[in-house]
Amino acid sequence: MFEEVSPRLHVPAPAIRPGDDPDFSHVAIPRAGAVDRPEPDTRPEDMREMAFSIIRVLNRKGEAVGPWAGSLSGEALLQGLRDMMTLRTYDARMLTAQRQGKCSFYMQHLGEEAISCAFQRALRPGDMNFPTYRQAGLLIAAGYPLVKMMNQVYSNDGDPVRGRQLPVFYSSKEHGFFSISGNLATQYVQAVGWAMAAAIKGDRKLAAAWIGDGSTAESDFHGALVFASTYKPPVILNIVNNQWAISTFQGIARGGAGTFAARAHGFGLPALRVDGNDFLAVHAASQWAVERARRDLGPTIIEFVTYRAGGHSTSDDPSAYRPKEEGAAWPLGDPILRLKAHLIQLGIWSEERHKQAEAEILAEVMAVQKEAEAIGTLHSGQRPSPRDMFEDVFAEMPPHLLRQRHEVGY
Amino acid sequence: MARMTMIEAIRDAHAVAMERDSDVVVLGEDVGYFGGVFRCTAGLQKRFGVERCFDTPISELGIVGTAIGMAAYGLKPIAEIQFADYMYPGYDQIVSEAARLRYRSAGEFTCPMVIRMPTGGGIFGAQTHSQSPEALFTHVAGLKTVVPSNPREAKGLLLAAIADPDPVIFLEPKRLYNGPFDGHFDRPSVPWSKHEAGDVEPGYYEVPLGKAAVVREGSAATLITYGTMVHVALAAVAESGTDVEVIDLRTLLPLDLETITASVRKTGRCIVLHEATLTSGYGAEVTALVQRECFYSLEAPVLRVAGWDTPYPHAQEWDYFPGPERVRRAIDKVMEAE
Repeated sequence: MFEEVSPRLHVPAPAIRPGDDPDFSHVAIPRAGAVDRPEPDTRPEDMREMAFSIIRVLNRKGEAVGPWAGSLSGEALLQGLRDMMTLRTYDARMLTAQRQGKCSFYMQHLGEEAISCAFQRALRPGDMNFPTYRQAGLLIAAGYPLVKMMNQVYSNDGDPVRGRQLPVFYSSKEHGFFSISGNLATQYVQAVGWAMAAAIKGDRKLAAAWIGDGSTAESDFHGALVFASTYKPPVILNIVNNQWAISTFQGIARGGAGTFAARAHGFGLPALRVDGNDFLAVHAASQWAVERARRDLGPTIIEFVTYRAGGHSTSDDPSAYRPKEEGAAWPLGDPILRLKAHLIQLGIWSEERHKQAEAEILAEVMAVQKEAEAIGTLHSGQRPSPRDMFEDVFAEMPPHLLRQRHEVGY
Repeated sequence: MARMTMIEAIRDAHAVAMERDSDVVVLGEDVGYFGGVFRCTAGLQKRFGVERCFDTPISELGIVGTAIGMAAYGLKPIAEIQFADYMYPGYDQIVSEAARLRYRSAGEFTCPMVIRMPTGGGIFGAQTHSQSPEALFTHVAGLKTVVPSNPREAKGLLLAAIADPDPVIFLEPKRLYNGPFDGHFDRPSVPWSKHEAGDVEPGYYEVPLGKAAVVREGSAATLITYGTMVHVALAAVAESGTDVEVIDLRTLLPLDLETITASVRKTGRCIVLHEATLTSGYGAEVTALVQRECFYSLEAPVLRVAGWDTPYPHAQEWDYFPGPERVRRAIDKVMEAE
């Protein structure tokens, strides 16, 4: 016998709201180097604990420690630092440009730079990312020209996608960056399909899918995991858990699951959970997943644990739903400062060189901005022609579109 | 030349396409070992291997979503949705992704794929196996929509759809799979073996997309339709004794407006017929275009005959279905107006 009670709706809520003191004591952070590194061919059921810990390499002293250390050379790390600094500087300039009315909208990466910049270092030409709007580091690390990114943000006549997309929805096949949809999660399953095609053709290429904590709730996420689990194509399924989906804390999408990474277990897929603010850990985990894909061992899920230090977009004011000081209290620190400390500890970097690099990068980004603005911004200069609005709906323009184009006067 | 059902013709189109292009792959629920619930892909897995024709989990968003990824990669996927009624979980992938990929990437990424789905009623399938959702596709920029009405053209249209560089929605009227159903549900059904459009040429041929066919020439009025309703229209015209011209659109988008306007300017009277629900249906688009292009030739208001604005019922299937009698009444009415 039991006592019957009326059901009660459980609505998860963050413990801390504006006005409260930030508190991340509930986030269990293992010390750097503490998490084992299973062999990439480990069976998923033999490594389930990986989904409940956090792989970390850089300790508080800036040392790289433990079994995940050592995946990158000093030279690659210096380039990684430069990529992250470039992304942060670019973001800052574009945020200001949006406030000045030069573009309609912008989305920055503040605090999340390590994830995309380090991940790209594990890929090679021919591989394809299916990114969300907060992975521009993939492009920067792949050597995509900054001026093209800026032209896209400005929707000017140099915009490679001809002014058709919101700012930051870049596309570059050559640089392994699939056209961003803007509809959340839809591309997660397309990445699986792309990898299935590579497997059908026997091509040695892999796909990387990207999703945020919030949009794992979409059925596309489930569909992607089902298809990945069934066909086992060379795909890496990345989840960027930055704690916030606009104003909604990650507990709403995660529900009763321990972690987002643990969602993999029901699909028989291996999952890693990684310190997303640790450039070395991000790269090492990515490389582990890349090795699985290249050895035809199947998909891997990686949850990158990070914190969205800025607003969701230029249309968002996070102080309305979380304490302003929360970002500073985030226990995994700042990815740029952490890599900088490591490089100084290695003896291949210094405060002076860092300051010098900051100045160089700012000058470089400003020069690029001048170049882009010489073409135009959203409301001034050269913009894509209205004639162009009718192109690329189909490979060949059908009569009804031609008629409409004529009606516009082109 | 072989006499085939529409199922056999569609199967033959798959085989021909897969034979000539190793990038053509087929995926969908039950399409592999079993060969599809309507048998349209029977034998393909055995002939071309599991990597070219395979079963999928029951997830239309997964089928369409992975097919988009495959198409972007460079393959030519043919995705089967088991019934058009099941398409909705994949609709976001079709509308927001497949249809816009070329546009939003300025041609850098494209989506050459065919999404096939059986459409329409007449098989006592009720509301979940009878829908005609074509207007939900023609309303979307970036999609082509095709509805064949006989085996010979089904093969040629499907081969043209596979060759097309953009996503094509291929709606197969399931009531026509086995014979040219004319809406007389109470009479014995006629198989394709008794119909000359069951003659299907061997090998590769295309019926071009965007071209309508005048299937019956006439001078008194124009009846514009597609799919199952082509045969209903022909029966109704024969029974009416009125000399009505019947146009089979074959492709709804791009629409062959020239064939339509040439006919309506000649006859001065027009009826648009489809099985899908009336309100905001594809017939509304055709009617508006006829009005714009042929206003000064029209002797009577353009009439529409369509499914009622209800979900597709079960027991009342033949009260719902716009059969020959309703079409005859519309012909009489359009001829009444002076």
